[in-house]
Amino acid sequence: MPILAWGIDMEFLNSIFVAPFVDMFSAPDFLLQVLWEGFVSGILYGLLALGFVLIFKASGVFNFAQGIMVVFAALTLVGIHSFGIPAYVALALTIVVMGVLALTIERVVLRKLVNQPDIILFMATIGLTYFLIGFGELVFGGEPKKMIADELGIPNGSVSWDIFGGVVIFEYRDIAAAVIAAVLVFSLGFFFSKTRIGRALRAVADDHQAALSVGISLNQIWVIVWFAAGIVALATGIMWGAKSDVSFALQVIALKALPVLVLGGFTSIPGAIIGGLIIGFGEKIFEIYWGGLIGGGTESWFAFVIALVFLLFRPQGLFGEKIIDRI
Amino acid sequence: MKKLLAMGVGLATLAGAATVSVPAMAEDSLYLPSLSYRTGAYAGGGIPIANGYADYFAMLNARDGGIGGVKVVVEECETGYKAAKGVECYESTKGKGALVYNPYSTGITLQLIPKAPVDKIPVLSMGYGLSAVGVGEKFPWTFNYPAGYWSQMSSILKYIDSQGDGIKGKKIGYIYLDVGYGKEPIPLLETLSKSMGFTLLKYPVAGKEMQTQSSHWLKVRKDRPDWMVMWGWGAMNSTAIKEAIKIRFPLNKFIGNWWSGAHADLRPIGAAGKGYLSANFSGVGTSFPALQDVIKYVVDKGDSKVKSKDLVGDVLYNRGLFNAVIVAEAIRAAQKLTGKKVITGADMRDGLEAFDLSTARLKELGLEGFTAPIKASCADHEGGGSIFLQQWNGSDWKKVSDQIAPMTDLVKPLLKAAADKYTADKPDWKTQTCK
Amino acid sequence: MFYRETGQFKTTYEADSAVFPILQDRIGIAAMLVFMFVVVPLFANDFVINAIMIPFLIFALAAIGLNILTGYTGQISLGTGAFMGVGAYACYKLTSIFPDVSIIVMVLTSGFFSALVGVIFGLPSLRIKGFYLVVTTLAAQFFLEWAFIRIPWLYNYNDSGAIEVPARSSFGVIITGASATPTARYMVVLCIVVAMTWIASNLIRGRIGRSWMMIRDMDIAAELMGVRPLYAKLSAFAVSSFYAGVAGAMMVFFWLGAAEVESFNSDNSFLILFMVILGGLGSIMGAYMGAAFIWILPILLRAAPEFFGIDVGADTMEHINFMIIGALIIFFLIVEPHGLAKLWQIAKEKLRTWPFPYA
Repeated sequence: MPILAWGIDMEFLNSIFVAPFVDMFSAPDFLLQVLWEGFVSGILYGLLALGFVLIFKASGVFNFAQGIMVVFAALTLVGIHSFGIPAYVALALTIVVMGVLALTIERVVLRKLVNQPDIILFMATIGLTYFLIGFGELVFGGEPKKMIADELGIPNGSVSWDIFGGVVIFEYRDIAAAVIAAVLVFSLGFFFSKTRIGRALRAVADDHQAALSVGISLNQIWVIVWFAAGIVALATGIMWGAKSDVSFALQVIALKALPVLVLGGFTSIPGAIIGGLIIGFGEKIFEIYWGGLIGGGTESWFAFVIALVFLLFRPQGLFGEKIIDRI
Repeated sequence: MKKLLAMGVGLATLAGAATVSVPAMAEDSLYLPSLSYRTGAYAGGGIPIANGYADYFAMLNARDGGIGGVKVVVEECETGYKAAKGVECYESTKGKGALVYNPYSTGITLQLIPKAPVDKIPVLSMGYGLSAVGVGEKFPWTFNYPAGYWSQMSSILKYIDSQGDGIKGKKIGYIYLDVGYGKEPIPLLETLSKSMGFTLLKYPVAGKEMQTQSSHWLKVRKDRPDWMVMWGWGAMNSTAIKEAIKIRFPLNKFIGNWWSGAHADLRPIGAAGKGYLSANFSGVGTSFPALQDVIKYVVDKGDSKVKSKDLVGDVLYNRGLFNAVIVAEAIRAAQKLTGKKVITGADMRDGLEAFDLSTARLKELGLEGFTAPIKASCADHEGGGSIFLQQWNGSDWKKVSDQIAPMTDLVKPLLKAAADKYTADKPDWKTQTCK
Repeated sequence: MFYRETGQFKTTYEADSAVFPILQDRIGIAAMLVFMFVVVPLFANDFVINAIMIPFLIFALAAIGLNILTGYTGQISLGTGAFMGVGAYACYKLTSIFPDVSIIVMVLTSGFFSALVGVIFGLPSLRIKGFYLVVTTLAAQFFLEWAFIRIPWLYNYNDSGAIEVPARSSFGVIITGASATPTARYMVVLCIVVAMTWIASNLIRGRIGRSWMMIRDMDIAAELMGVRPLYAKLSAFAVSSFYAGVAGAMMVFFWLGAAEVESFNSDNSFLILFMVILGGLGSIMGAYMGAAFIWILPILLRAAPEFFGIDVGADTMEHINFMIIGALIIFFLIVEPHGLAKLWQIAKEKLRTWPFPYA
């Protein structure tokens, strides 16, 4: 294992500073493919982080359960469809279920925990995670399920692009994911800046008490953001489920949203997407061109290490609010 | 301050003791704990296996009144594929007269191997676990019919060698789940790559990354191996096949091991997965009389946990069922050896060692052609089974090769060396001498 | 009435600042120690010792470790599982290199290795806290998990990639490996855990513990009063990881017998965090209560349907289990955010005056 035999010699320096770049430019089509793959996973990380940002912005709750909400939403969709209900009706029903979930969470958990320290709310969402795992498996069963992507009209297959004497393959589903992410971000941006509820949301994010005093109902706002996060979770679940199956193994990936948030800032919607893209590009390129030097499999921690470096130099992230609790 | 704690612990302990002592099994039954995982990330594989295992015994109970006139009691204990839970299940069931353990997890198997000789309950890791346990002299209490991972890998390589212009000079990519299970065959691959003359490329997939394999397959695309071999489990399998389709890797050069070729892995992919190969050792489908009996006596009566009748005969359902067949046959052998009807774990061990599943016996059981004959001995705990290859035709698995015997002459010395290595730092390890 | 302090006079400062100033507490703790040291080994069966008592004690120790960091110093960590892993792998390497040194010494020594790793990953805490620190401890968790897989030297190049515990004896009794009796393993674990609990409770009462709590309550004020955050935070990380490391080494050597990386994954970190939250942040006794609750409750729940003769599948029970644990966490956070330890305190107050509520 090379990690144990690190001697500083020319060959080693070459393998870090020269060879990867030679690789990159000798096969530009492959580099392009790597970048595309990075882009696709970046979009998914971004969508995941988006759900966190929505809730954090409006209520200051760090919603650990976002990952399981993704799985839960996808499972509900597939589960409803398996009763023979048409795909689009199932989609609508799933949105209703996510709304009910948001309402329940607000009534049962958040309302009772108003004014508690952030950390208590964070822990409560961990409890929620466990509850939803058990509930989801109890209702829908633990085995992996096929996402009903075809039924929802998400195209299957791929298109290839001959370039630089090679070929770059784009899957239709990945393109669809990118489009959906873009639509979600723009519509959320519109919602936040142009609608009355959106402005109320921003008021709540700025100052709870001031918002209350001008007559904004906190409880209502919380239901709305949790509902919005639920819809983002559903979109993420559909896209992710189309790539692999819908199973509880997905929730592990949700932790990847944390470094994305550190990079993009906890409160910025574009930040979530851009942070996701940076992580997506970074980890793919590092794993493909440098990962082999230290035994591969670096994707599991690379994002976190980037985040760690970021924390040391720019703790508020790229787009976060400047005022953060620093020591 | 700690009074309540003391009370709590005391109560919990009492309650624990009470629950353990209550369900003591009736004297005249054969008690088989089933360490299943119907929850967690690997439930997709765990559910059909547990169903097949339970249904076969339910069929024996309904049709023959048990084995040798003694009812079989199967009790499931949920492990979630977690080692700590597996040990807990083991501890909670071993006192009830457990005859044999089938953990269906390499992690749990590794924990149980050293416990087996102490508690005198054999472990049957059917086609998984530590390959070295096939050496009976070193591992008297552990069995892995019909073949260990190393034997399986050698059969797969033999198949590759038989295709086209052989294996020499080819690049073989090995993509595996980066845990004990996936790492097992690497020493064998490294040895054989020299003697058979192929280049080995390794693509480890961490458990967390099972569903995000795009960078692994990008590397595959860059390295352009001639064949891919996969040691995957759970959600890793279908993700890998999807990625292989995406990079347009020829699926008929992509071979999964026998845990990477279930219906559950390929059904979501459907026609796109046509051509994908996988190893197997247990027959597919319900065309066997024994399977028909299971449907007649158990599934049709609603005594099975199977969600729909179509799932009977799936690869992993039949795998679980085959495990039950082996256990049932070993119980019969043990009953014959001891003359007792109700046997103990130690008798079961002797039964497993005297295990002989001949072609004639398979026919009697209604499983003709289900698997290759298996015969164990004191020295050979692997049983000399064979594997065959099956191919996905877009909607179902079809057997495409004959039984391929492992390269025993190459594998055996390596197994011996591995067994010696395992026991080297355990001075009080119990071995046996075989005639 | 049950907790009446009347008549218990303290005549020295030592008596006044004792760990258990009240006679009833001293009787209680003595009774509990007798129970743990005498009653359990004599009367409990293999299952109770192997599957309940040993893991309970080990998790309690890990929870004490995390409580030092999270409960007393206010730094959240999701890396406990990995720090336990560092202890386990260090102990495994140490005992393969020096097979003749007593395994108990090795278990304790391995704690220093995880303390060192803990300090390294604790460095970012000097600049950040809260959720941001969660990210850095998760970085530690994932990086270390990766290292346990990709550095085969750590597991002696075993084909299986797992660490398997060799048989080791101490004072002429085999205490590790499958041939060790459950009682022998239990007694070793119990002695280590009791000793380390005693040390932890004194650390917390001492100068260093007070500086931790000052950092937790208000870091700037603490700094102004002369507490060095660097020293206080890193020492908390070191002590906490030391406890986690020893717990991890014991987990492999005295409980599981063999371990893969999976035994130290993030699920474990969450499990121990739950123990600390439910037990009560900033309470040693809470760590025990939380460990008992989180570890023993699922076992009882699993046994419950059989006990009442209801036929529920093992899987259904597991799902319900998850739901109950999740719901209980939320319930406790709503009803009593300070955990079981606080409930006990309230109960004690009530017992003190019962049956005269205004006495």
